[in-house]
Formats: sequence, C-alpha cells, structure tokens
Amino acid sequence: MDFSLNDIQTEVIDSTRKFAEKEIAPIIDEDEANSHFRRELFPKMGDAGLIGATAPGDYGGSELGIMEYSLILEQLAYYSASYAASFSVTALPIKIIEQFGSEEQKQKYLPDLITGELIGAFCLTEPGSGSDAKSLKTKAEKSGDNYTINGVKQFITNGGQADVYIVMVRTDEKEISALIVEKNCAGMSVGKLEKKMGMRVSPTAEMLFENASVPAANTIGRPADGFRVAMTALDSGRISIASIANGISQAALDKAIAYAKEREQFGQRIIDFQGIEFMLAEMATELEASRWLTRRAAYLHDNDLPFSKEASMAKLKSTEACMRITTDAVQVLGGYGYMEEYVVERFMREAKMLELVEGTSQIQKLVISRNLKKD
Amino acid sequence: MWFFSEEERMLQDSMQNFAQDQILPLAEQADETETLPEGHFSKMAEMGLLGITVPEEFGGAGMGCVEATIVHEELGAVCASTALTYLAHTILFVHNLATNGSKEQKEKYLPDVISGKSIGGLGITEPGSGSDSLAMATMATRDGNDYLLSGTKTYITNAPNGQIFYVYARTGDGKKDVSTFLVENSFEGFSHGKKIRKMGMRGSPTGQLIMDQCRVPKANRVGKEGYSATHMMRNLDIERITIAGISVGIARGALAVAQRYVQEREAFGQTLSKFQMIQKMYADGDAELHAAKSLVYEAAKRWDIAKSEGRPLGKKGALWAARAKLIAATMATKVSLDCVQMLGGYGYDREFPVERMARDAKLNEIGAGTNEIMRLIIAREELN
Repeated sequence: MDFSLNDIQTEVIDSTRKFAEKEIAPIIDEDEANSHFRRELFPKMGDAGLIGATAPGDYGGSELGIMEYSLILEQLAYYSASYAASFSVTALPIKIIEQFGSEEQKQKYLPDLITGELIGAFCLTEPGSGSDAKSLKTKAEKSGDNYTINGVKQFITNGGQADVYIVMVRTDEKEISALIVEKNCAGMSVGKLEKKMGMRVSPTAEMLFENASVPAANTIGRPADGFRVAMTALDSGRISIASIANGISQAALDKAIAYAKEREQFGQRIIDFQGIEFMLAEMATELEASRWLTRRAAYLHDNDLPFSKEASMAKLKSTEACMRITTDAVQVLGGYGYMEEYVVERFMREAKMLELVEGTSQIQKLVISRNLKKD
Repeated sequence: MWFFSEEERMLQDSMQNFAQDQILPLAEQADETETLPEGHFSKMAEMGLLGITVPEEFGGAGMGCVEATIVHEELGAVCASTALTYLAHTILFVHNLATNGSKEQKEKYLPDVISGKSIGGLGITEPGSGSDSLAMATMATRDGNDYLLSGTKTYITNAPNGQIFYVYARTGDGKKDVSTFLVENSFEGFSHGKKIRKMGMRGSPTGQLIMDQCRVPKANRVGKEGYSATHMMRNLDIERITIAGISVGIARGALAVAQRYVQEREAFGQTLSKFQMIQKMYADGDAELHAAKSLVYEAAKRWDIAKSEGRPLGKKGALWAARAKLIAATMATKVSLDCVQMLGGYGYDREFPVERMARDAKLNEIGAGTNEIMRLIIAREELN
C-alpha cells in the first residue's frame, strides 16, 4: 500500500493551482456577486489540459486516470466550487461519449469539448423525477430517421451556456435512451434560470423540449442503454463531487486556521482556546478521512475494480464532512464568518448543494446498502 | 405551550394571522433585495408590538418575556429578518431604555420608538471586540456638559436604517469602566458606515456606527458613569431568550414546508413521507424543535416570574438564557439544513423558502453571543 502521490500527480496539483491562482482567484468574488458565468474560462481550462484530463489522446485528451482528475477538481474547488461544478459537468458528456459513443460521435464532439470551445451538459432530472430518475417522463418518438423530443428537464447545470446536451429520454414505455442534442436544435429552449442558495456562478436552468427533432444517429449506444449510461456517468460523477467537497473543505479549514491564529479575544489568540482547537482538529480529521476515501474510490476505478459502493461512500462522507467543516468555519470566524466579504459563508452555501447533486445523501445510502446486501 | 395564559394564547393567534397576512408575503423580497420592507415598522406599531415590554405608563404593552418570545417566534416562522430587526429595535433599544433610562430619557425617546417613527439599535460589538465585549475601544471623554465619543461599532443591526442607538463606550481605563449613551444619528460626528452584505438575515440591515468626536449631551448618559458593565450583561438575558424564540420559529417554519412537501412529492411509486429515511429526518427535527421550544419558554417564564416577584435572576438568568439560546440556535441550523435536504433540488432553489431559513438560522449561533460564549456561561455557573 502506497499513499504517496507520484510525479505526474504532484505536477497535476501544481499546474492546476497555478492556473486557478492566475485565472480564477482574481475574478471569483466579482463573478459570485454578479452570478456571472465567465465562459472564456473554459477554453483556458482546455488549453491548460484540464478538461480532457481523462480522455484518449486521439481526441486531444491527456489519458490520465480519475485519480488525477479528482486532484484537479479538488484544486479548482479550492478556488471556486461553482466553476469546478460547471467544469465537472462539461466533463460528463466527454466521459459518456468516450465510453459509450460511436466513433463518429467521438470525432464530432470530443475534440471541441476537450479544448473547451464547446461546453457540455447532462439532462436527467425533471420537475417530477429527481432521486427516482427512472420515472422520467420526457418522451422521444421516432419518426423516420429522427426522434422528436417533448418534455422538461430541471436543474440543469450549464443549461443555456452549454453547446452539447446529453438528454435522457423515454423512447418506449420501458426504454430510456441517451440522445445528444445540440444547442441550436429547434424545439429546445432555455426555460427559467434558477436562483440558488449558492454556486451562483454556475448556471442552473430548466431546459424545455417542444417537438425538438434530432437524428436517431444521435443516440448514444443502443436505444435502451440510456439508464445504464446515466448510472455509469453518475458513479464516476460521485467521485467528482466528493473531490469538489474536499477542495471546499480545505479552503474553509485554511481560512479558519488563519483567522483563529490572528484573532485575539480575552487576551489570547482564539486558536489557543480548547473550544476552537478541538473544532479545528475535528475539521481536519474529517477532511483527511474524506480525502482518502475519495482517492480509494478513484484508485479502484482506475484499476478496473468495482467502485460503485466506494464512490457512494466517498460522496456521502466528503459532502457531509464539507457541510460540517464549512458550517464550523463560519462559527470560528464568528460575526466575520457570516459576512460575504470573508467568503466562508459562501463555502457553507456551496457545500449544501453537494449533498443534493449526483444523487442525494439518501441515494448514496441506498446504493451502499444495496451493495451490502449482495453476497 | 401548555402553560400559556388566555392572553398569551390570544397574542399567539393574532401574531400568527399578522405574520401570515402582512409579513410572509414580503419575506422573499426582503431577502432578495436586502432591505426591510417599507411599512413593517408602522404595521408592528399598529399591532402594539414595538413597546411590548414597556410599562403602560410609558405607552408600552406592559407584557413580559413570554409574550415577547411569542412575537419573535411567530415573526421568525415566516421571516427571520423581520424578527431580527424587530429584536434589535424592541428588545435591544426600547426594552433597555425602558429598563435603565431615567424618567426624562424615557419621556423624550420612548414615544417615537414605540410609534415606529424612529428606529433603534444597540452598539456593543467592535471590529476588535466580539465575544470579548468588555475589550471595546470606543472612548467617551467629558467635554463640558457633553461627552465626545470616538470609535466604531460594527455588525450592528438597524445601523443603516436607525435613528437612535443605545451605545456602550469606555469612560475609564478599568476593564469594567463602561457607560451607556443614547446617540442620535443627527448628532455631530456621527455617521452610519456602510451596509454589510451577509449570508442570511438579509432583510435585516446590518452596518456600522462610526463616531468621530461625536458630541453627546450628558443628559443622554444612561445610568451612572462607569456602571454599565453589569447591566449590559444582564440585558443580554432577554435578548438571548427572544432570539432563541426566533430560532424556534425558523425551525418550525422550515419543518412546516418540509411536512407539506414530503407528503405531496412522490418517488419510487410512493410519497417521500413513506420512506423511513425521510421519517427519521422529519421526526428528529420535530422532536428537537419541541425540546428546544419547551426550554426556551421555560427560560422566558422564569424571567417573568423573577420579574414579577421583584427578585432579579442574576447569574441564574444568564444561565437559563444561555441554555435556551445554545439549544435553540444549534437545533435551528440543523433542522433547517435537513429541511433543505428533504426538499432536494427544490430545497436549494431560492423559490422555496427553506434555503433562506437555513441561511438565516446560522446567524443565531453567532449573534447575541456565540455558541462558545453560551457554553462558557454554563460552565462558569455549573463547574466552578
């Protein structure tokens, strides 16, 4: 067993940090305050080799593992969870097309998604179906060589900004398929742009499909593969969300430690009060446990071992730890912590979303217990 | 609560109607625009709420801590921002003045704050002194018949929109050499400072009181010079009990939304309310809410009984207030975050009120004494 990072991994961490220091740190407070999505960041992330980290070299990817990808997300989230979330969502179509798409689809979409010229989105959730994804109602009816899509997708990250949407539809009573829908498809439009508790840079929109017609050739894999495609994407997506959680947690912990060292009350630094010391000790321990659970899930994935249970455990633990760590960071900073200027309140608002996306904490527990019931 | 009197029940009923009809419809707007809806103070004045604890001879309602807590709970259940601004005005300014001010000061200032014509607030916290409040640096020096106050008070509720403030300042070198002054915003040398953007309680304006050689007449000193440290601490009891009432209200409001949602929303062929996981989250929240509520009203009742018997609670008052605030504030953060979780994606959506309630709830673990200070008070009373 070896817990050390190799040279490539160290390099990935360093270069992502440098990128984020230069491109994200200077603009993030302004973007958050204005809920402004800076699209031009994506080609820059593409340039830096971040978006296609795990994709095949033939399409411009770097052929790294989920482990390295997880390190990238953790570093990005340290500077901006919102951009990290949008980034991880544009990576979902890449992963899906790479794994299940036809050669033609790969050539058509992967290179531009990897450079960040195109942005991707993933449409599964609907107003009436969240955790129970299988009950989705959006329909695609086949007529000739085309599918006609009708329905509503809800809470779509990158909705409205994305160019390539992977849309889960019902092609038959019992059949869910994954279709690629391009931005300019007539009949697809952007509905309401949601206002959220946090993650305000990252757009969340309703996507409306009204007789939206796409070629049947846009089906990913075979018809009826859709649910498997979605679930596979979500399994690795859970490692992504866990990594984002760990990045936020580290940022919150660093801010709390720095403040507690500096702030004096009752004639001493507050970091020397046991109430604060123990809070920080618990935060650091929670983060460390979360991080290694996440890296273990990534290790299993990269070694072609079953990782679904571990990915759920990593997501459950990391996001719940992140919620506690960020809430406690606000507490350590006291009145300052509650004010926007000191940023930790943003971490807390962001943390809450991670307990909801890519399967709520409750769904992770279902996945884990389902695995426990197997022999 | 089971022990509420007939009058307290009537107040609860009318507050519920008032909150539903007048406050709830503007709660989302207050949060989004970060401003207290216009007209809230005059409506509360019409309801007779602004001088709730003030004796009738001074134009108040002559009620006690239980009634004040009921009002805070009911406002908190629909719009915690309104409840917090109400607290800063009614408890921190009006109640403190009515309790500690001279007859002349009460006659001069109470009518306008009770009618809502002017809005009040209280200044303790400074950039360098939060939990360690007696380390405040704002100085008041005598200048003939006046005092000159210099210093900055920060994180002051109603600072941007208030006209009259109950300000603590140092009048000597000893740690406890603290005095109180009634500072009008029109006084020479006073400025409001900038409005501060917060995580939650956004409808309740927060800002700074900046005093630069601010000239305050000696007649505006409350009590004797250098004798404010004790009453500053004692005044915090009713503040902590009533803010704990806001926490109870927030959790109750959030649970009510979750209760409706989980009974309507279906997943996997049944309503969410049929899943054990949701039942646990809801049941724990419900039980914790009621436990906190019982404790908060017990503290309020003890405060009232002591007052009616003319024997101040002293350190016991601080202890009960600390217990109530610690339990209620931590409960409300946990329960409101769980309510976001029960609503899933909708919970995170600002169109549903639970995310606002979760953001609001966190303030009460910090304001009016942090959780850590509540634990310190309990430990000081029970362990040493």
